[in-house]
Amino acid sequence: MLRYLAPLAIFVVIGVFFYIGLGRNPNNVPSPLVGKPVPTFSLPSVTNPSETVSNSALAGRVALVNVWGTWCVECRHEHAFLVELSRAGMPIFGLNVRDDRAAAIDWLDRLGNPYVSSGFDPDGIAAIDWGVTGAPETFLIGSDGTILHKHISPLTARVWQDDFLPILREHCGASDCPFLAAVGGR
Amino acid sequence: MIPEFGQLALALALCLALVQGTLPLVGAALGRADWMALARPAAAGQFVFVAMAFGALVYAFLSDDFSVLFVAQHSNSALPVFYKATAAWGGHEGSMLLWIVVLAFWTMAVAAGSRSQPQEFASRVLGVLGIVSAGVIAFAFFTSNPFMRLIPAPADGNDLNPLLQDPGMIFHPPTLYMGYVGVAVPFAFAVAALLTGRLDKDWAKWTRPWTVGAWIFLTAGITLGSWWAYYELGWGGWWFWDPVENSSFMPWLMATALLHSLAVTERRGIFKSWTVLLAIAAFSLSLLGTFLTRTGVMISVHAFASDPTRGLFILALLAFFTGGSLLLYAMRARNFEAEGGFKLVSRESFLLANNVLLVVAAGVVLFGTLAPLIVEALGLGTISVGPPYFNLMFLLPALPLVALIGVGMHTGWRSMPGDALVRRLRVPAVAGVVLGIATPFVFFDTASVLTVLAVSIALWVCASSLLDPIRRLVYRTGAPLTRGQVGMHLAHFGVGIFMLGATVTSAYNMERDFSARPGDTIAAGGYEFVFKSIREVQGPNFVAEEGEFELRSSGELVALLNPQIRTYQVQGSAMTEAAIDANGLRDVFVALGEPLGEGAWSVRLRVKPLIGFLWIGSALMALGGLVAITDRRYRVAARETRQGAAQPAPGAA
Amino acid sequence: MKKLARVLALWLGLAACAFAAGSQQSFDDPALEARYRALISEIRCPKCLNESIAESNAPVAADLRREVRRLIGEGASDDEVKTFLSSRYGEFVLYRPRLSPTTAVVWAAPLAFLVLGGIVFWRILAAKRHQPLDEEPLP
Repeated sequence: MLRYLAPLAIFVVIGVFFYIGLGRNPNNVPSPLVGKPVPTFSLPSVTNPSETVSNSALAGRVALVNVWGTWCVECRHEHAFLVELSRAGMPIFGLNVRDDRAAAIDWLDRLGNPYVSSGFDPDGIAAIDWGVTGAPETFLIGSDGTILHKHISPLTARVWQDDFLPILREHCGASDCPFLAAVGGR
Repeated sequence: MIPEFGQLALALALCLALVQGTLPLVGAALGRADWMALARPAAAGQFVFVAMAFGALVYAFLSDDFSVLFVAQHSNSALPVFYKATAAWGGHEGSMLLWIVVLAFWTMAVAAGSRSQPQEFASRVLGVLGIVSAGVIAFAFFTSNPFMRLIPAPADGNDLNPLLQDPGMIFHPPTLYMGYVGVAVPFAFAVAALLTGRLDKDWAKWTRPWTVGAWIFLTAGITLGSWWAYYELGWGGWWFWDPVENSSFMPWLMATALLHSLAVTERRGIFKSWTVLLAIAAFSLSLLGTFLTRTGVMISVHAFASDPTRGLFILALLAFFTGGSLLLYAMRARNFEAEGGFKLVSRESFLLANNVLLVVAAGVVLFGTLAPLIVEALGLGTISVGPPYFNLMFLLPALPLVALIGVGMHTGWRSMPGDALVRRLRVPAVAGVVLGIATPFVFFDTASVLTVLAVSIALWVCASSLLDPIRRLVYRTGAPLTRGQVGMHLAHFGVGIFMLGATVTSAYNMERDFSARPGDTIAAGGYEFVFKSIREVQGPNFVAEEGEFELRSSGELVALLNPQIRTYQVQGSAMTEAAIDANGLRDVFVALGEPLGEGAWSVRLRVKPLIGFLWIGSALMALGGLVAITDRRYRVAARETRQGAAQPAPGAA
Repeated sequence: MKKLARVLALWLGLAACAFAAGSQQSFDDPALEARYRALISEIRCPKCLNESIAESNAPVAADLRREVRRLIGEGASDDEVKTFLSSRYGEFVLYRPRLSPTTAVVWAAPLAFLVLGGIVFWRILAAKRHQPLDEEPLP
């Protein structure tokens, strides 16, 4: 009897995995950089070429690093929310990839500049160190310089609420995140 | 109006499929001839309505009816007429309708061809096909309806995916579906046998031609897809072990095993469990393919709409059909145990090894395809399994299998003296090994162990396949070959040719990328490529940059090649059209990459030796199947069927 | 929408132009070129629908090809290139899974299937050898 039931048993096991697979999105590949220190980088600023944006800017504080480009349609969708976040006090740094400087400056002028500063990375070299595959992508950095979370696709209020805030709350001491209440933390 | 008519036709088809799928089966169980007799008319009616529904969809495309959502998504007024018609299967909903049409067609064919079978059995076969139809039509009607309206209708459509605007793309889906869906027929035969509780040599004789028929289409369909990918996608590859490609390959492996296992059941009345399981496996893997392609569970360039709600429906279908038939198998297969011995050196033994190795091969492909899903579901991380894995692992069962083909063809049933076999095969074996070692070095200077091994095995199979035909033709010894035998030798020869092509093109292809300007000459792969010019051309719905290249060998002009980069205006996507010069022994392949500024272009050059053998080998396999199917015993059976139809069958009315 | 698509295509085209130049020179050393070709066909494009960076036209694929070329040029071994990429993009980006306790099972399974198949074959043959050969004469 056993050997006649074997094919059915095998099928049931495979079927269970399919069922589990249906609930998952295979395109959501977790980043290996989560939990690791921020990659070393040093880029000229988009708005002011003589200024540099680098790790030192991120040191000792909680911040967001947002990957953007004027060619990226979805970046436009999240831009308003980023501006709102920055006004509430959340430090946001930009990583401008594969872009034209003039167009980028124009974009920030017209749509608002949520970034403390934005690194200009036209060849995507620093982007590779961050494991960036496209835009928009947003990283949450802890005050110890560790990458706490990576989000691919536009950053919306919902995503902020469900994914970022819980991590922020857990990580924040009073001195690290004075803005926490303002961005919805309490 | 017409789309609504199509919708109605589909609904009616569903009703008829439900009738076809219930009453004949109940009638067979209860012995009610009038209910059993409903099977054929129900099948005929279902086919008519399904055809009308499909016709309505094609009409909507041809008449540029952009108020139909599917048409708006996949067509455009500037699309050439030919592609407007074929865009009907250019997306998920329409291709499901094609699936249904093809199934209805096979059902009609089975209904027509089943008159010589006892009514109880025939009505069960049609009944099972009816349940399958009902399930798939329900899926299409409720979750993937191609007749949904888009109000307000846009002025023009989104255009057909440029990748699909190609002659190869016209033929690949219907051909593949004829095979993919066609394996539902042996599945229905197997389930009918499980329900009847009887599986004998007659059953095998009835099932085999349908299996070979589906197999021929599957072989042709997969080959068309592979050939299309090669010339259309612009980078010269022909098989990528993508989940969707694997989904068509696994049913092919099982169908191949099935048609061989049926030979044993037909001859000796054994291997019944194997045959039933293989029939269930082939169709289940076909359904699995539908699942993997349309539910977003796996990432693939081929994937259609990824929609988990549809996924649940298909998973339910899979659970019902595969789970149900395997449950039936667990309950009934014990009745199929049969006595029938054979020795180690016998055709049965080799066909048993054939079954085992093909199942192992399909298992390797299935495992590799599902491994990332399983690893991720178990929380063990995210891995990728791709060509480096499959190319190596698939050889494990494949090389021994192909090697054994050469021996198995010459074995006798039940038992055969081993030394007689060795004596017979000495010459082709030696020829295979000697040529296998020599030719790679002679033509290509270097060879790896694997290459030599694979080439030897391929040449060995070719030689072994020619042994009997040559002996009978040239030496006139032995009885004339039946069509079944001719088909077998032809198909196996095709396997050898295919393997030769696959090995040589993988081991010795030249791939180089260059930066070039008009006026430059590039020397590569033993040829000179003269980049003459580049100019803009206008197509019906695209604009292209066309390069003109002269292919020269030692200065002599061999061919003119005109690769293009097309920009399709509606979707704005860029597509590369490679230019290929094929002369049977090698393909020279030129494709344009990106413009590099200052008039320079990135140019991709490939020289692929013996790649034509892939297509030729596959064509020979399909041809072999075709010849085998016209064997006298089937023509006799067909004649009997027609005569049987002229007289009322006993037990009817 | 159409205009936006054209603008997008234009940007992507320009973007590709600017960086393609560097990525198109072949290595002078054929051995290095062969290693490069082999490697890029085994690296998965992280953003594409199952393509290697060799085949893909996506910008990130072009960037990664450039990186692989740079690393090989600087003398990195195949393993070092793979580690460089997988530490940034995850094991997901390697089409040839690297050996770990999990992937050991993935690599061993086909061999296990073959062995299992062999056992099945011998057991069936063992049973059938002792059964009668039937009344029909041998052909």
